[in-house]
Amino acid sequence: MRRVYLYARFQRFWHWMQAVIIFALLVTGMEVHGFFTLIGYELSFHVHNFLAWGLVTFIVLAFFWYITTGDFRQYLTEGNLLEKIGLQVRYYMNGIFRNEPHPFKKNEISRLNPLQRITYLMLTLVGLPLQIAFGFLYYYFNELVAFGMDPDWIEPIALIHTLLAYLLVAFVIMHVYMTTTGHTPTSNIKAMVTGWEEIDE
Amino acid sequence: MSERLIAVVALFVSSLIFPPPYLAAQTFHHELDSLSRSTADHTKFKQLQKDFRSGPEVTEACLECHTEASRQIHRTKHWTWEVPMKDGQMLGKQHTVNNFCIAVEGNEPRCTSCHIGYGWEDKKFDFTSERNVDCLVCHDGTGTYAKYPSGAGHPPYEDTAFGKKQFKAVDLSYVAQHVANPDRHNCGVCHFEGGGGDAVKHGDLDNSLLEPDRHLDVHMASGPDELNMTCTDCHQTEGHQVPGSRYQPMARDMHGFDYPLPDDYPTTCSSCHGLEPHKSYAKLNDHVDKVACQTCHIPAIAKERPTKMWWDWSKAGRLAEDGSQITELDSSGHAVYLSKKGEFVWEQEVVPEYRWFNGELNYTTFMTRIDDSKIVSVNHPDGEPGDSLSRIWPFKVHRGKQPYDPVLKRFVKPILYGEKGSGAYWADFDWDVAIQKGMDNAGLEYSGSYDFVETEMYWPLSHMVSPKEESLGCIDCHARNGRLGNLAGFYLPGRDYNLLVEIVGFSLIALTLLGVSVHGVLRFVSTKQRRDGVQ
Repeated sequence: MRRVYLYARFQRFWHWMQAVIIFALLVTGMEVHGFFTLIGYELSFHVHNFLAWGLVTFIVLAFFWYITTGDFRQYLTEGNLLEKIGLQVRYYMNGIFRNEPHPFKKNEISRLNPLQRITYLMLTLVGLPLQIAFGFLYYYFNELVAFGMDPDWIEPIALIHTLLAYLLVAFVIMHVYMTTTGHTPTSNIKAMVTGWEEIDE
Repeated sequence: MSERLIAVVALFVSSLIFPPPYLAAQTFHHELDSLSRSTADHTKFKQLQKDFRSGPEVTEACLECHTEASRQIHRTKHWTWEVPMKDGQMLGKQHTVNNFCIAVEGNEPRCTSCHIGYGWEDKKFDFTSERNVDCLVCHDGTGTYAKYPSGAGHPPYEDTAFGKKQFKAVDLSYVAQHVANPDRHNCGVCHFEGGGGDAVKHGDLDNSLLEPDRHLDVHMASGPDELNMTCTDCHQTEGHQVPGSRYQPMARDMHGFDYPLPDDYPTTCSSCHGLEPHKSYAKLNDHVDKVACQTCHIPAIAKERPTKMWWDWSKAGRLAEDGSQITELDSSGHAVYLSKKGEFVWEQEVVPEYRWFNGELNYTTFMTRIDDSKIVSVNHPDGEPGDSLSRIWPFKVHRGKQPYDPVLKRFVKPILYGEKGSGAYWADFDWDVAIQKGMDNAGLEYSGSYDFVETEMYWPLSHMVSPKEESLGCIDCHARNGRLGNLAGFYLPGRDYNLLVEIVGFSLIALTLLGVSVHGVLRFVSTKQRRDGVQ
C-alpha cells in the first residue's frame, strides 16, 4: 500500500461545492415538484434558481482550470476505450468478488479508470449542461415565448427537466456507492477530502 | 440693538436645542371646503329655492342650466339597462336572465327603484323623457335622498312604510341645493345592494366599502393616511358615461399606464400599476399575461359581510299554518328561508372560483334552448389557456334553482311583485299563474308547465383588493390541491406532472438502489468468506 496525491486543492473544492449545489438543487427541485414542504415553495424556487447560476459558475471555473492546467488529459484515453471499459465493468461484475486487483492502477498521472473517465466526461459535457439548459429554458420561458417559442413547449421542457433530475438522483446513488469500492470502503472519500489516497501496490 | 442680537442668538441656540420638526418649507394649501370644490354654490340658485313636489320637477330645474344632462344620461346603460353586443345580441339588465330575482320585465316598479329615472312602471315607459331622469340619486351630497323600494324610481314624497322599514319623505329642495359629485354612497345605494339587499349579489361590493380598512380594500380604505379612493377614481366618468361593464370587461389590458382616462377605456389595474407592476420580484411579472391581477390580489371576497351563494326558488311558497309568510334567520340575522323567495345560503370570506376569461361573458337568454339534464350556466366566461386575450380570473359563482319551461326548454319570467289577486307570486304564491302572466306580459311563449332547474351565474371580481402582504403566494396555486386544482388544459409547475416520467424516474432510482444493495451484499459476503477461508 502506498499513498499518492491524486486531487489538487481546486479539484477537491470544486467537487464538494458541486456536490453541495447538486444536492440542494435536487432537494429544492423536489419541493417545487410538490413532493414535500421543507423551506416553502417560494424559497425553494428562489434557492433553486440562484444555485443554478452557482452550478454554471463552477462548471465554467472547472473548464478554465482543466484547460489551463492541462489536467483535462486525465479524461483522454489511449487505445481501445470500449475494451478498457469492458475490463473495468467485468471487474465490478466479477473480479471485485474474487479479490482480484483493480484492472487499472491509480497514480498521479492517471487517477481515473476508463469507466470513470467516460462517465464524468458525459456528466460534465452532456448531462449537466443539458439539465441546466432545460432549467434555463424553463426559467426564461416568458422571454423565449416573446421571441417566438411555442408556449405549449413548457410541458415537454418541464418533463425533460424532471426526467433528467431523476437520472441525476440515480447517478448520485451509484456514485456514492462506488466510492466504497476503493482500497478500503472510505479511502476514496478520504482522498477527495485530503487529496491523498491509499492505493494497492 | 444688543437686545436684537441677544434675541437672534437665543433663537439660534434654542433652535439647536429644540429643532423645528421640518426643515423643508411646507406647501400652503387652502382649506378644503365647498369653495375649493366647485365654482357654483347651488344654494344660491333661484331655480332651486322652491318646494319641489316630485323628482321630475327637480330635474326640470337642473336642466335649465345643465341643458344636455338628460340627453347624456339617455345614452348610458344606467338609463337604458341594455347593452348591445358585437354579435348583435341585446343584453343588459332589461333583457338578461339572472338567478337572483330572475328578470326585470313584469316586476318594474320594484326593480326600477334602482333605475336612474322616475316612473318606469311597465313597458310603456318613455325612454326619451328628459324630466324623468333622476339627477339626485347620483348627485345627492346630503345622504338623505333614497328611492322608495317599490316606487318605480321615485323617492317617498310623504312618510311611507315598506314592510317594517320607515321611509321618510325626502326634502327635495334641500337635496337639490346640496348636490355634489357622486361619492361612494351614491353608487353604493344600488351597487352595494344589488340583488335586493346589502352584499347579496356581487360579494366584492357591499356597504362595508363605505368606510373600509386597508385589509378590506387597500384602495378604498378611508382611514388616516390611506388612499381613500372612491368609485369614480377608477370609474372615471366623462359625459355621464361611467366606464366599467360586466358584459364587456377588459380581461387583459395590454396598454399599461394610461391614467387618467381613455386611450384604454375603462381604467384597469394596469392603468395605474403598469404591465410590470412587481418591482422586487421579477418572476411575478411573468404571470401578468396569463393571470389577472385580481386573481392573486383578491384572495377572498365578502370579507366582512356574508354574500348570497345559493338561492333555491323551488323551496318558495311554504306558508305557516295560519297562511302567514315564514321568515327563518340564521344566527347572524340573515334570512335562510323566506316564503316569497325560497332557501338561501350565505357565506363570508368566500374563496373565488377561477376560470380562463377573455372578456366575453356568454349569456343564456329567455330565447335560448337550455339543456336541463345538467346545471345551466346563466352566463359563463369564455376563454382558454392558449389564446392571447385570456387570463385566469376570479369569479363569484352564484348558484341556485329557478323556474323554467320543461317542454320548451327555456327560462321563464314570472311576475313576482304585485298586489294581492294580481297573480304576482309574492302576493298569491301560485307559480303557474305568475309565470303565465309574466310570459304574456313579455309576449313570450309558455307551454303551461314549469319545473325548476339548477343554474349558476358568474360574477367577475375586481373590488376588495387586499394589501400586497395579504395577496396569494406561489403555493396557493403551484400545488397539487391548490386554488387552480380544477383548471385544466395547461401545464402548471408544482401542480402537474407526467405519470410516465414519474414511473420511469422512480423505477430507475429503485433499480439503482437495488443494484448497489445487491452488489454491496455480495461484496460483503465474498470478502467474509475469503477471510474465513484464510483463517
